[in-house]
Amino acid sequence: MVQLSCSDIHLSFGGVRALSGVSFEVNQGEIFAIIGPNGAGKSSMLNCISGLYNPQVGKVMFEGQEVTRLPSYERTKRGMARSFQNIALFKGMSVIDNLMIGRHLHQHAGILTGGLYYGQARAEEIKHREYVEEIIEFLEIQSIRKAIVGTLAYGFQKRVELARALALEPKLLLLDEPMAGMNHEETEDMVRFILETNQVRGITIIMIEHDMGVVMDISNTVCVLDFGKKIAGGTPDEVQQDPHVIKAYLGEEDPEGP
Amino acid sequence: MRCGDFKTSYAADMTIFESGTARVMLGLFFCLLFTLPLYVPGYLLDIVNRIGIAIIGAIGLNILTGFTGQISLGNAAFMAIGAFSCGYMGTKFGLPFYICIPMAGIITAFFGMFVGIPSLRIKGLYLAMATLAAHFIVEFLVVKWESVTGGVAGLSIPAPKIGSFSFDSDAKLFFLIFVLAIMSVLFAKNLFRTKVGKAFVAIRDQAISAEVMGVNLLKYKLFSFGISSFYVGVAGALIAYQAKIISPETFPVTVAIDYLGMIIIGGLGSILGSIYGAIFITLLPELLRMATSALAGSFPELVNKLAATKELVFGLLVIIFLIFEPSGMAARWHSIKNYWKLYPFSH
Ligand SMILES: Nc1ncnc2c1ncn2[C@@H]1O[C@H](COP(=O)(O)OP(=O)(O)OP(=O)(O)O)[C@@H](O)[C@H]1O
Ligand SMILES: [Mg+2]
Repeated sequence: MVQLSCSDIHLSFGGVRALSGVSFEVNQGEIFAIIGPNGAGKSSMLNCISGLYNPQVGKVMFEGQEVTRLPSYERTKRGMARSFQNIALFKGMSVIDNLMIGRHLHQHAGILTGGLYYGQARAEEIKHREYVEEIIEFLEIQSIRKAIVGTLAYGFQKRVELARALALEPKLLLLDEPMAGMNHEETEDMVRFILETNQVRGITIIMIEHDMGVVMDISNTVCVLDFGKKIAGGTPDEVQQDPHVIKAYLGEEDPEGP
Repeated sequence: MRCGDFKTSYAADMTIFESGTARVMLGLFFCLLFTLPLYVPGYLLDIVNRIGIAIIGAIGLNILTGFTGQISLGNAAFMAIGAFSCGYMGTKFGLPFYICIPMAGIITAFFGMFVGIPSLRIKGLYLAMATLAAHFIVEFLVVKWESVTGGVAGLSIPAPKIGSFSFDSDAKLFFLIFVLAIMSVLFAKNLFRTKVGKAFVAIRDQAISAEVMGVNLLKYKLFSFGISSFYVGVAGALIAYQAKIISPETFPVTVAIDYLGMIIIGGLGSILGSIYGAIFITLLPELLRMATSALAGSFPELVNKLAATKELVFGLLVIIFLIFEPSGMAARWHSIKNYWKLYPFSH
């Protein structure tokens, strides 16, 4: 079943054409990888899906409904969550509070009940704290749960960002280079968490990643972007054989050239 | 010997006051606080009352600026709105203080939310400018709208009454002010351990990801303006009762700057810091005055020069804190407290 479809997405910033006519479909429950050289438009594509950028042309459909013009918090309400290429955590808050923001949409206390810490507000805080603790356990970050996020090492911050996205209980998770800048061990952990998120929690994943080994290992479908255009798509094997991809990755040696 | 904190439930982990010792200390503090009028002379009590009002106002500003990251120079104007609406309702309609004070808060909250509308588009210095503009508009209105504000002559406010009991002295006002101040502190503390307060901090730290996490930025920024202005409006209403007569000169723009100084020196994004800052900045001119009059006997020629030192000392302190202790006095206190918690085995 198709969960997300993007059709004919065009996005430009003044003269810079970040995306020109990209289309693809993502099935419920799969791991979908977006790859491509630097500046290919991968992050821009993710931003169009999550609502941070508005494409000039094209349509984004999520679970059968058009979301192209919705603000990002509306898309979050419908079940999208994401992480950022340059970590965008709430640096002055503890790990727990960062994850509690993930429960924002699931909580209903208002200003008054919250300020009096009375009734619903209190019950809700405890209930959602339990949910958050479950995710903390899942991602093995118990030891840093009270740490202020800004003081954590880079690898941990990446993991907390995944945790925060999971706290939303999303149906679709968008990850922008979740393993970038990590050492071998941290990468292995992250791969394990992503696989478990996908298999145990049944969350669809769209992932931008530069590590080809990881992409070919864990993704069901790969989409290759270059200069804002989709140059190939299919299973990892199909994509690896594709002459356009080989050309884009191996440089400008034009096979039909002089 | 205390050797750390261990909790057995999430509810216990989420309480405001962390340990039994803290509760006992707090109890003692309240006993001391509420017997103050018994042994503190009237003129000092006036200062204590002003500290209580400043605590409410500083928490209000800190909610907006320290916790939500929206700089405001409209604080004095918001205070004026609280004071004049309270005074108007009290004198023109004869409403009792327990209606006038919350109504003043609500009116100020709506005004604050109105001023906050541009905050979705403009940030930082530009927002400071927009709120400063709001200040001057209010100042103009206060002078011109004589039928409500009494114009330059001002408005005299009758003492608040409940039944036949009248809060007509500093000692009586003390209780009114400090009950409200304590309620303000508790409400704010709770606010920041629940949904709305956490959303404010998220907006301050990373507005874009707050939105992606589902926080409606405009709605929550306006909430912050509203709650903050409610506090400031209540502080303004209390100033009206305390000063007994209010005029446009009661709320100059320097009041807004004093309040910014309080939260910077006390600690941005800290309730405790707002309290420290309120105490410190209210006492500062008093201490300087005492120092000046102590020196007056021996160095009379110095007195005139020292009279102008308040602004200088204030400015220097703000700069020193911004450079050396950007998290304010509250952070200092926190590290001292953590040291003693594990004493003598802390490292
Ligand atoms: N907010 C923006 N304003 C202007 N130009 C932008 C903006 N965001 C992206 N671009 C441009 O769009 C193009 C695609 O950028 P994008 O960040 O999507 O690439 P990417 O594939 O994610 O690259 P990388 O692998 O380096 O992350 C680049 O030329 C970039 O300069
Ligand atoms: Mg990118």
